[in-house]
Amino acid sequence: MPGAVELRRPARSLWKDAWYQFQRHRLAMAGLVTFLFLVIFTLVGPVVYSTPVNAIDFTVSLQGSSSTHPFGTDDLGRDILARAMIGGRISIAVGIVSVLIAITLGLFIGAIAGYFAKLDSPLMRLTDLFLSLPILPLLLVIVYLFRDTLRTAFGPELGVFLMIVGVIGILNWMPVARLVRASFLSLKQKEFVEAARSVGDPDSRIIMKHIIPNVLSPVLVAATIGVGGAILTESTLSFLGLGFPSDVTTWGRLLYDAKDYLDIAPHWAFFPGMLIFLTVLSINYVGDGLRDALDPRKG
Amino acid sequence: MSRYILRRLLIAIPTLIVISFVVFAILALAPTDPLAQFGADPRVPPEVRERIRESLGLNDPWPVRYVKWVTSVARLDFGYSFMSRGPVMDLIAQRLPNTLAVVGVAYVIGVLFAIPIGMVSAIKRYSVFDHMSTTFAFIGFSVPTFFTGLLLIIIFSVKLHWLPFIYDSNLKVTNLATLGDQIKQSIMPITVLALFNTATIARYTRSEMLEHLPLDYVRTARSKGLKERFVVLRHVLRNSLIPVVTLVALGIPAVFGGAIVTEQIFRVPGIGELLVRSIGQGDTPVVAGILLIFAVLVVLFNLVADVLYGVLDPRIRYS
Repeated sequence: MPGAVELRRPARSLWKDAWYQFQRHRLAMAGLVTFLFLVIFTLVGPVVYSTPVNAIDFTVSLQGSSSTHPFGTDDLGRDILARAMIGGRISIAVGIVSVLIAITLGLFIGAIAGYFAKLDSPLMRLTDLFLSLPILPLLLVIVYLFRDTLRTAFGPELGVFLMIVGVIGILNWMPVARLVRASFLSLKQKEFVEAARSVGDPDSRIIMKHIIPNVLSPVLVAATIGVGGAILTESTLSFLGLGFPSDVTTWGRLLYDAKDYLDIAPHWAFFPGMLIFLTVLSINYVGDGLRDALDPRKG
Repeated sequence: MSRYILRRLLIAIPTLIVISFVVFAILALAPTDPLAQFGADPRVPPEVRERIRESLGLNDPWPVRYVKWVTSVARLDFGYSFMSRGPVMDLIAQRLPNTLAVVGVAYVIGVLFAIPIGMVSAIKRYSVFDHMSTTFAFIGFSVPTFFTGLLLIIIFSVKLHWLPFIYDSNLKVTNLATLGDQIKQSIMPITVLALFNTATIARYTRSEMLEHLPLDYVRTARSKGLKERFVVLRHVLRNSLIPVVTLVALGIPAVFGGAIVTEQIFRVPGIGELLVRSIGQGDTPVVAGILLIFAVLVVLFNLVADVLYGVLDPRIRYS
C-alpha cells in the first residue's frame, strides 16, 4: 500500500517502562535528585571544599554558621561542614553495603527455601528465629564486645566498618528471604518454569535465569527502603557511642559528640541530623516511587 | 482455639531456648573478659583474680556454664550485677515501670492518632489531608528518633525553657503540681516515640482501608442504603483493622528498641538506659538478663499477634 505508515515503536523493556512511570512520580524524582546530590556532596564535596577536616583552632570553637564555616565549628574549632561531608561517605557506604549483604543472604535463603520443598520448613524456622531476636539490643552488645578485636585486626576504620556492615546485614535478611520465598513458591508452578524444566535445564539455571529475574522488582524496592533503615541503624549505634570510634567521623558520631553542647552550640547537632534525615527521607521516597513504578497492576 | 494457643506456646519454648543460647554464645565468645573491669584494680594479685574467676564459675567449660545459667534463668534468677552487686532481677524490676510508662503511653497515643488519620486519608484519597498525612508519615519514619529528641530539647528546653530535659524518676505524683511536673517531663520522650509509631500505623491503616474500599461487600452495604458513616465504620474499618491489630502487636518489641535511644536522650532511668550503661561497664549478667527480657517480649507479642488474628478473623480456623 502506498504511503503506509510504519506502525512500529521502539521495544520497551520492563525497566524502561518502570523508569517512565518513575519519572511521573514527582516526589520520587525529587527524592532521587536529592539523594544523588547528597552522594555528590559527600564524594566530591571534600575535594572542592578546601577547609581541612581536622584543623583544630580553639579561637573559633563552638561558633555558629559564618561565611568561613557555613555549618559552624565544634568544641575544638573544627569545621562541621568538612566533617559532615567526610562523615557522610561512611554513613552512606554502611547503608549500601549492609543492604547488599542482607539482600544477598535473603535472596539465597529465600530462593532455596522456595525452590526445594525439603529445605523449606527448616529454613523458614531459621528465619522465624532470626525475626525473634531483639535486633537493636543485640547489635549494641555485639558491637561493644567485638569492636576492639576487629579494630586491632583490620585497623580502626575498616575493622569497625566490616563489623557494623556485617552485623546489620546478618540481622536484616529475613524480610527479603520471606518475600523471595513467597514469590518462588508461586513462580515455580508457572508454565515457563515447567517449559524450562522440560527442555532439560538444571535447577541452578532455572533459579538463576528464569525465576530470579522475576523476583527482582520487589527485592529492589525492599533494598532501597533497607538502605534508609541501615543508615538510621548505623547513626543510632554511633549516637549511643557504640558505633565508629571517635577518630572516625560519621553523621551519627557527630550528633553523639554534639549532644552535650545543645545549649551553647545547637548548630553542631542540627546540620548532621538534617543530613541523616534528608538522606533517609529521599531514599524512602525513591523506594515509594519504585514500588509504584514496578507494580504491573498500575500504569 | 485453646489447643492452638497451647501448641503455639509449646513452639515458643524451643525458640526461647535457642535465643537464650544465642545470647549466651555471643557473650561467651566475646574476646572481652567479664573480669576486665570487675576487679580491674591493679592491686588485686593474679592469684586472687584467678580465685574470683573460679568462685564465679568462669573457668567451667561453656556447656556447664550455659546449663547453669539457663536453669537459673528458668527460675527467674538472673544472677548478680558485677557493678551494683544487687540481683539483676531487682535492677530490672526497678527500671521496668519507667520504661513501661513511657513506652506504653507513647504507643497508646500513637495508635489513637494513627487509626483516624489513616482512615480519613484513605477515604479522602489524594485530598489535601491525605497529602499532608502522607508527608507526615514519611517524615515520621525518616527522622532518626535521637534527632527528633535533640531538636525538641533545643526548641522547648534550651530556647523556650518550657520543659525540663532531664527525666526525674524520683518525682512522686501527690498533688496537682507534681502531676503537672510529671506530665511536663513526659511530654518530650513520649512525643518522640509516638511520632514514629503514629507514622507507621497510620500508613498501614491507610493501605489496608484502600484495599477494602473497592470490594463487593462495601458496594452491597452501600446499595442496601446504609449511611456512609455506618459503611465505613462498621464494615470497612472493622475488616481493615484485623491486620492493623497484628501490626500493633508485632510492633511492640520494636518500640522497646526505640525506647533505648529515647531513654538515653532524656535520661529516663528505664531498662534501655540500664542496658546501654551495663554494656559500657561490661556488666555481663545485667546485659544477658535484659537481652533475654527483650527476646521474651518479641516471642510473647508474636504469639499475641497470632492469637488475636485468629480471634478477629473468623475465616481463620485452627485445626
